[in-house]
Amino acid sequence: MKVLAIALNTFREAIRDRILYLLLVFAVLLIGSSRALSLLTVGSEEKIVKDIGLAAISLFGVATAIFVGVGLVFKEIEKRTIYTLVSKPIVRSHFILGKYLGLVLVLAVNVSIMTACFYGLLLVKGWADAAIASAVFLTLVELLLVTAIAIFFSSFSTPILSSLFTVTAYVIGHVSWGLLMLAERVNGLGRGICHALYWCLPNLERLNVRGMVVHGADVPLDQVLTATVYGVSYTIIVLGLAMMMFRRRDFL
Amino acid sequence: MTVLAIEGLRKSYKGHLSITTREVIRGLDLTIERGEVFGLLGQNGAGKTTTIKMILSLIFPDAGTIRIFGEPNSSVTVRARVGFLPENPYFYEYLTGVEFLDFYGRLFGYGRAERERRAARVLALVGMTERAAMPLRKYSKGMLQRIGMAQALINDPEFVILDEPMSGLDPIGRREFRDIILDLKARGSTVFFSSHILSDAEAICDRVGILKDGRIGTCGRLADLLTSSVKSWEVTFAGPTFASLQLNGFSGSLLSARGDESLVRVDVEADLARLLDAVRARAGRLIAVAGRRDTLEDLYLREVAPAP
Repeated sequence: MKVLAIALNTFREAIRDRILYLLLVFAVLLIGSSRALSLLTVGSEEKIVKDIGLAAISLFGVATAIFVGVGLVFKEIEKRTIYTLVSKPIVRSHFILGKYLGLVLVLAVNVSIMTACFYGLLLVKGWADAAIASAVFLTLVELLLVTAIAIFFSSFSTPILSSLFTVTAYVIGHVSWGLLMLAERVNGLGRGICHALYWCLPNLERLNVRGMVVHGADVPLDQVLTATVYGVSYTIIVLGLAMMMFRRRDFL
Repeated sequence: MTVLAIEGLRKSYKGHLSITTREVIRGLDLTIERGEVFGLLGQNGAGKTTTIKMILSLIFPDAGTIRIFGEPNSSVTVRARVGFLPENPYFYEYLTGVEFLDFYGRLFGYGRAERERRAARVLALVGMTERAAMPLRKYSKGMLQRIGMAQALINDPEFVILDEPMSGLDPIGRREFRDIILDLKARGSTVFFSSHILSDAEAICDRVGILKDGRIGTCGRLADLLTSSVKSWEVTFAGPTFASLQLNGFSGSLLSARGDESLVRVDVEADLARLLDAVRARAGRLIAVAGRRDTLEDLYLREVAPAP
């Protein structure tokens, strides 16, 4: 109930902020214009439209997760609204969880609107298929994780640094699979380090099936399930760390 | 019954690049009993807000213990019985007054009907019923202070902590806030507030504590701290000048002279009689004689003034 109150308040704050609408309109415009862009490029029109549409959903989702996420906790401290909040009968981890769930709700609504526009376009062209849903679903799981990372950094750092750290984590998350390839080429300690880093760093490519979908490949259900379990587990760990960091923080 | 018990509280802040530390609170002890209105006084930077933040677990002490109603101050159940209004409160400006109070009501786990009932009650108490549908971004500073007081009282708290509650209020608002605090006391609540407006503290406090050098220096009931007997007299007379009275070994001094009127301070009762006799002997006209009692301001200035 208390977590829900904080989540709904966070949601309300976001939907009353015009910047979010601007991002959403821009994303919907990009999805809409993918048809026009496909005419200007060489290759399959269907692939281009799907590629741009899925990329737009992911990109604008990640942008929202990072740039709203890093400010969520900081703004409460900066504007001193946290004083009256934390002095009420709530535990600090409820605050973090409420903030997180509020932003997840915003992202879910955003992604739904973008997906509805995208799907509408595909239906008109007769290109709609179930695989698209898998790609969008795993994009949403990726957003859950990126949001948790943004909140984790913002629980002890400034928005600018948190943005930098989160964007870095996002980029690393998409190339960390390379560590496994590197591990095969080195021996001894180097291999151990590569493996340790691979298991510590997020592997966001596990949640990216957009390439497969664009090229018409089927996404097996077990792959979607294991990727979801991976993403959600990683999210829970990162959120737990954020709560630990926040538990003993002084609000000056 | 003890509402607040603080023992050996210490807090230091890290300076630039965490190289230096500045100890703000240095072994603070304080006890507040049920039904009291306690005023924490002190200069800017004395550590009043730091102390309040530690009581509410917004910051953590380096050493010492804080117990509210006998339980550790970090207890969530204890906070359900406490109300808090921060200094210069900032609130979610995208919410209306009603939404704002509804949100805080949810944090206490109240159902919808209960939230509506409590919001209506506190809005009426702070005189904001008519402005409740307005978004907070359109509120003036005084209105924010009032709605802040409303959220502090939404849970009908037994212990109310107010950090500089009168700042930003006009004289009428200050009077109304004073009445609210006295009403809380009348209903059995305990009030702890910090202030640098001494007249407010003097008007509503049962007890005051003066924070100096990180500790509570002087602390006690106003009646005990301020001597009730007259300390000095101020005599206004017209006619002869003060110098022309030629009072040798006089304990007071001339405070001001305007036209043929003189205002003289007299420190010893015997000199008061001498002065009055001398004025009459010179055919002077006595305008006023006023006794001056010790005020909280006198006490405060004595306590916080730097040692010579």
